[in-house]
Amino acid sequence: MLNRAKRLFALLLGPAVLISISGQSLAEEVERWGLNMPRGVTPVSREVYDLHMLIFWICVVIGILVFGVMFYSMIVHRKSRGVKPANFHESTKLEILWTAVPFLILMGMAWPATNTLIKIYDTSESEVDILITGYQWKWKYEYVNQDVSFFSNLSTPVEQIRNLAPKDEEYLLEVDEPVVIPINKKVRFLITANDVIHAWWVPDLAVKKDAIPGYINETWTYVEEPGVYRGQCAELCGKDHGFMPIVVEALPEAEYEQWLAGKRQEAAKLRELTNQTFSFDELYEKGEQVYLAACAACHQANGQGVPPTFPAIAGSAYATGPIANHLSIIVNGSPTNPAMRAFDGELSEVDIAAVVTYQRNAFNNNMGDSVQPIDILKFKQGQ
Amino acid sequence: MAHGPATGLSRWMFTTNHKDIGTMYLWFSFAMFLLGGVFALVIRAELFEPGLQIVEPNFFNQMTTMHGLIMVFGAVMPAFVGLANWMIPMMIGAPDMALPRMNNWSFWILPFAFAMLTATLFMEGGAPNFGWTFYAPLSTTYAPPSVTFFIFAVHIMGASSIMGSINIIATILNMRAPGMTLMKMPLFVWTWLITAYLLIAVMPVLAGVVTMMLMDIHFGTSFFDAAGGGDPVLFQHIFWFFGHPEVYIMILPAFGVVSAIIPTFARKPLFGYASMVYATASIAFLSFIVWAHHMFTVGMPLAGELFFMYATMLIAVPTGVKVFNWVTTMFKGAMTFETPMLFSIAFVILFTIGGFSGLMLAIAPADFQYHDTYFVVAHFHYVLVPGAIFSITAAVYYWLPKWCGNMYNETMGKTHFWLAFLGLNLTFFPMHFVGLAGMPRRIPDYSLQFADFNMIASCGAFLFGAAQILFLFNVIATIRGGKKATAEVWENPEGLEWTVASPAPYHTFSVPPDVK
Repeated sequence: MLNRAKRLFALLLGPAVLISISGQSLAEEVERWGLNMPRGVTPVSREVYDLHMLIFWICVVIGILVFGVMFYSMIVHRKSRGVKPANFHESTKLEILWTAVPFLILMGMAWPATNTLIKIYDTSESEVDILITGYQWKWKYEYVNQDVSFFSNLSTPVEQIRNLAPKDEEYLLEVDEPVVIPINKKVRFLITANDVIHAWWVPDLAVKKDAIPGYINETWTYVEEPGVYRGQCAELCGKDHGFMPIVVEALPEAEYEQWLAGKRQEAAKLRELTNQTFSFDELYEKGEQVYLAACAACHQANGQGVPPTFPAIAGSAYATGPIANHLSIIVNGSPTNPAMRAFDGELSEVDIAAVVTYQRNAFNNNMGDSVQPIDILKFKQGQ
Repeated sequence: MAHGPATGLSRWMFTTNHKDIGTMYLWFSFAMFLLGGVFALVIRAELFEPGLQIVEPNFFNQMTTMHGLIMVFGAVMPAFVGLANWMIPMMIGAPDMALPRMNNWSFWILPFAFAMLTATLFMEGGAPNFGWTFYAPLSTTYAPPSVTFFIFAVHIMGASSIMGSINIIATILNMRAPGMTLMKMPLFVWTWLITAYLLIAVMPVLAGVVTMMLMDIHFGTSFFDAAGGGDPVLFQHIFWFFGHPEVYIMILPAFGVVSAIIPTFARKPLFGYASMVYATASIAFLSFIVWAHHMFTVGMPLAGELFFMYATMLIAVPTGVKVFNWVTTMFKGAMTFETPMLFSIAFVILFTIGGFSGLMLAIAPADFQYHDTYFVVAHFHYVLVPGAIFSITAAVYYWLPKWCGNMYNETMGKTHFWLAFLGLNLTFFPMHFVGLAGMPRRIPDYSLQFADFNMIASCGAFLFGAAQILFLFNVIATIRGGKKATAEVWENPEGLEWTVASPAPYHTFSVPPDVK
């Protein structure tokens, strides 16, 4: 708190400091204080940045001229100085002048803006394609034709959000699994949504595109520097709109291929696991993790929910009734409440078996029963 | 035949007098301004520091939604209708509005609309939480049950606005005193005439879109539901076809107010009257063909994107003409800086800054970085707060002596101005920075890099809020007493309203005045 007060004080002195330093160090100060748009790490992001700065400086110059005349008048043409007001009130020449000149300035802005926009819209000849799906409140990434897909959830612990633990540096901008892309390759993003409209935005890539149910939007990037780039959902999408960050990890090609191979192996292993039998404790333990990642945002970590939209799991008719109904609402979603979507495809058979076991036995539900992954598969096939 | 107002409550319930109705509009608007302001302060209090401390995310979303709706439909629009009621008949030399009974009705349905909207806060599932732009399907399939009351409230507000507009158009076109030609009308009358046409054009579109929502929610249609063959983007096109003219509805009358005040205190006629009228009309026309610049990121085709970018940039031309005309009006005048003038000068400067950020937002490739960030929040608050709110405040200080016959306290007025000016800039200027640095709008919690500027913004917001209490106090004190105002109030102001006594008699211009 004290530290922040000091920084605030420094900030108030900021303008004086900014004037006393020059050139390169000014740019550094601007960056340190987070005053401006990042230049980013792609050719497009740098073009967008330059465009932004161009318009900004044009506005500054116009502003200085207009406000300059205004302040000059306010200082010189005041009644207290005993001036007599003039009486002119019309000049067609002036009106034409200040219609035409701004028009020409605008043309000067429109030209580079059009060029950049045309580049941004050219999604052809991509080398990697990733399908991004927005969910309330997480992102799913599917590498097209690669048999790799996963969800990316906020990984900031709830204690930090509730001010019960100190916040770490990447507070709210960290995920359990970042989307990985290769550098120096044209990566195309296909963007859609499963429920409401979201928007996928990473400032360093200068990519922002709405994720809209029923649409597949396209955009692309070409990252030139390896690194981790962070962004957030930019379209209001409900309760946890502020809690679905985006983390992009850009790797050199060899490392990217290695990562991709690892993910494929994981997928194969998961398919094997579906045929395995797990002990109750294994399912319960795994189920708790799945619950916290997939269910707790709405139904709360304590299972009490936020009725009426997000009912409690504790004592729920599903979690304490026949297993088939319980499986059905998770696999198919609720027929009446759209907030409870279908989790088939979002959770693996192992995950569903674990979370069902967990829900039936946690929160004093104490049903004492459990299901195996293979049961989930049978349930789906039997439908 | 002197006949004054009725006494007691029935005076206000049944009045058909434009001055009484104007007064009610203005008080109602101020009440809504305070309510919407309280919602804003809840938002700023939560955002004072990172982490969730005061409200839950869902309630936070209700606050952003209600703040927007109440300020747009409850504070700004009724305030301008109130000013129109008070001033238009007096400015054109008419005895009253053309349709006085409808005038009464269009005011009296408003309190019911807003009572219903506010009541949703206490309903199961809470108030609307999908933003004042209520994008489907968040506002349809995923909305709380109270959305139905929201839709009904919007219908009533729309009906009120449409009736108000019809009344204003009928008054201006039919009831001008002999000799008051269109091109002699004060600019406030002109801007309102154009605004009224905008309202009649777009309020039915808003009514249409909320009706389609109602059908989707209760009658099984799928206008906006992709799963049923509908289109969520269609919602945005319809909404912004209403929404963009709507933002000009909130600023054009402000142009009129400022165009009345600056000449008075510069003691010099308004520069370029005719070009001001044409610029207003051009802005109104352009407002119909730029709506999709609110939707640059939805994935429109390149051609559409370019069209809306160019059309939007064009708006800078007539808006620039207006600013240049105001500045030239001040140039070589003999200025004094009473409270209305201070607010008007701040209007010109800060509205221009909001215009600059608007121009930046028009550049589609750069908009991909600005869209839905705090940069946008900074932009539209710079045009709405020092734009609409400051002009309304300036108008109240400027005409209050005419309304109640007493001068307001100048020292208190100037204190109000400087506190509001400081508070407003502390609140909204840092938002440019956090927006550019990557903070999305409508989030209840943010990452640590944005902490400093958010804290400054929150302090500024409370300062701005406190300044309004001073305003309220000053207005009440002026109504209750104070130095008597002359008929002219200011030094040689232009306009018919200054030819009647202060306070303006209950009935003015029962006999049409001579217009030079």
